[in-house]
Amino acid sequence: MVPDLFKIQQVRRETDDTFTLELGATAREQSFRFAAGQFNMLYVRGVGEVPISISGDPGRPDTLVHTTRAVGAVTRAMRALKKGDIIGVRGPYGVGWPVEQAIGRDVLVVAGGIGLAPLRPTIYRLLAERDRFGKVVILYGTRTPADILFRKEVEAWRARLDIEVYVTVDRATEGWHGNVGVVTKLIQKAPFDRTRALAMICGPEVMMRFTAMELDKRGVESENIYLSMERNMKCGIGLCGHCQCASTFICKDGPVFRYDAIRGLLSQREI
Amino acid sequence: MSDHTSTSRQRVTLAPPVLQQMIDVLRADGYRVIGPVVGNGAIVYDDLASTDQLPAGQTERQQPGLYRLMPREDQAWFGFTVGAHSLKRFLYPPVTRLWRAEKTNAGFTLVPEVEMPSPMAFIGVRACEIAAARILDTVLMGGAHVDPLYKQLRERSLVVAVNCGMAASTCFCASMGTGPKVESGFDVALTEVVRGDVHYFVAEAGSERGRTLLARLTTTPATPEQLACANEVVEQAAREMGRTVNIDGLSARMAVCVDHPRWEAVARRCLTCANCTLVCPTCFCATIEDETDLTGAHASRVRKWDSCFTLDFSYIHGGSVRPSPYARYRQWLMHKFGTWKEQFGTYGCVGCGRCITWCPVGIDVTEEVRAVAGSAVETPVETV
Amino acid sequence: MQTLEPILAEHPFLKGLKQEHLELLVGCASNVRFDAGAFVFKQGEEANHFYILRDGKVAVELFAPQRGAVAIDTYGEGEVLGWSWLIPPYHWRFDARATEPTRAIALDARCMRTKCENDHELGYELMKRFARIIEQRLDATRWQLLDVYGVRA
Repeated sequence: MVPDLFKIQQVRRETDDTFTLELGATAREQSFRFAAGQFNMLYVRGVGEVPISISGDPGRPDTLVHTTRAVGAVTRAMRALKKGDIIGVRGPYGVGWPVEQAIGRDVLVVAGGIGLAPLRPTIYRLLAERDRFGKVVILYGTRTPADILFRKEVEAWRARLDIEVYVTVDRATEGWHGNVGVVTKLIQKAPFDRTRALAMICGPEVMMRFTAMELDKRGVESENIYLSMERNMKCGIGLCGHCQCASTFICKDGPVFRYDAIRGLLSQREI
Repeated sequence: MSDHTSTSRQRVTLAPPVLQQMIDVLRADGYRVIGPVVGNGAIVYDDLASTDQLPAGQTERQQPGLYRLMPREDQAWFGFTVGAHSLKRFLYPPVTRLWRAEKTNAGFTLVPEVEMPSPMAFIGVRACEIAAARILDTVLMGGAHVDPLYKQLRERSLVVAVNCGMAASTCFCASMGTGPKVESGFDVALTEVVRGDVHYFVAEAGSERGRTLLARLTTTPATPEQLACANEVVEQAAREMGRTVNIDGLSARMAVCVDHPRWEAVARRCLTCANCTLVCPTCFCATIEDETDLTGAHASRVRKWDSCFTLDFSYIHGGSVRPSPYARYRQWLMHKFGTWKEQFGTYGCVGCGRCITWCPVGIDVTEEVRAVAGSAVETPVETV
Repeated sequence: MQTLEPILAEHPFLKGLKQEHLELLVGCASNVRFDAGAFVFKQGEEANHFYILRDGKVAVELFAPQRGAVAIDTYGEGEVLGWSWLIPPYHWRFDARATEPTRAIALDARCMRTKCENDHELGYELMKRFARIIEQRLDATRWQLLDVYGVRA
């Protein structure tokens, strides 16, 4: 349970409350292999340890990238770190996105707010091995245009001819000429084979719930929909009990779950 | 001297002074001997150097929300069941430092905890305790990630079990299939026989380590009469069992109870004080925190017992997933008697009854389980 | 217009309508186009049409003092725009502006209302379809109000 030490290469501000950490090895043999959708426990000395999704490219394991919101003591302290500072890393933990299962099928990626971060590694993989997948559609919803994460990258993806990218905001601000409204509205626009597509959804739990419901209404089977769940974690390895949700441990049985396995849980209160 | 090496367990008899011999041998071997003593008005586990420290002639009366030490009619040394302490206190300590992070010019370095405490020899371990330790073994050592500290403490521990001769009104180990008889999981098992002036222990070894230990003590082979008395002791405990739970298909029955009206009723009583989780020998939830000194140069990563009953147990940015006492009590009971089975293959409860005794408002889990999940067994028998 | 009938017949919104009802609708239909930036309708104006969008994008906006035009929703290809024509006093409550060059089929509201009054079966069929649209809009609005991406203090 002792972390490995990594060095901060860069702390980049993404939006008002979201930032990205790029970490490099301190020991020579420290290349970091991970699966899209996995997370690390990041340790800031004297403050604490929190689970953060890995948001970088699985094909580039020499730099470890995490994107998170600064919402508590540890993440705020993390945001204040500087290049060269040392941070503890334990991981990668958890069950990731089913990229292998998506081979040969249409893929629908639906992200809400910060949910784009845990999905970005999947997008990198889809693009790196584009030929292996059918149609690739990315739907992304955020609060306002200022909250669009990785904006330049999203625009670059959108400019490609071999994938479809639709972005919407809940609230427009002046100068926004794009879509306005909830992310589920984009589903009807998206060209994908409802019977065979594999959908991966990530965002606030209520957003994942209503997105899964909408996909369900439009004929996507529950076995073809995946969500990434979140709970309080202290150890990340199934020993501290905090992340339990009914009989699952989010840290080791998840965080990615197939919708049919957790459908009942999502509609139960305070579970 | 016992010279038995075959697989069948030969049982021997020890006179009471031989128990002191056992403690001395264990201490000379470097064990920290821990056993039951009277402390703070209850029977607690503490360091044991002499059999004089044992709660001779003491017993307890336990009921929902009540624990009282009472004198016995005889001078039995182990004439009680369980107090608030369990082996968990020693194998999975309430506060444990995991490692330190020391500031350096380049940032910081990590210093793992290498100091190993002395191996522990527990005297007076009940069947429910052994079952609880095995449950913790599954949780903390049976998965992909093993708790290295627990593993070391557990593997180096020696267990001298004692069969219960009585059951408290709060006991229900028989229902949970964990007792009262000690069947396995021990190095040595003792059954205390007290009849008038006659006082002896029937002992059996449950491991090579136990066999070796008994071989070094003054023992005589147990006579058929002595064995019969020992069996009677255990049967007495089984007869007195205070409460029952029907575990037949229980996890499936619990699984459909998420919205049962009973939760509302118990939530009105429950103070979410976490006593139950503190005294429970299988509750394993823990938090890990940073502790620093005033200079900030030294930071320790410390594991502490935690409880799903606390408001911030389930806190994620924005709020707790389980803010209401309703949800928190439900989580505990449905876990202990339901989802635990899916996760670890057994129920999380060993029927020790501690949570019933130590609940300040006297909530009885056997009653709650019955009310929520239903049962074919009739109402429990109250014994004093 | 004869050429619009196949387009209307194929549209998911009108699926299931009897041939005779479809023909009644066609009688009220016309092709329209809007340049980028042009208003489709303005708040307060009489709601004389509803639109079935064929391509492009229309933003539903509200003009607020000091805030300017705030876009609260956008609609694109295949979506139905406008239901104020159904409910008296038949006035638009919001602005709608094309943000891209947009083509649509406009259905004349007075023509539609008259035909619905005369043929209640047609009226009921349209009401059913608009009720579903209103439900979807209400759901979506509520989810937008929830501010799911917002950070709670």
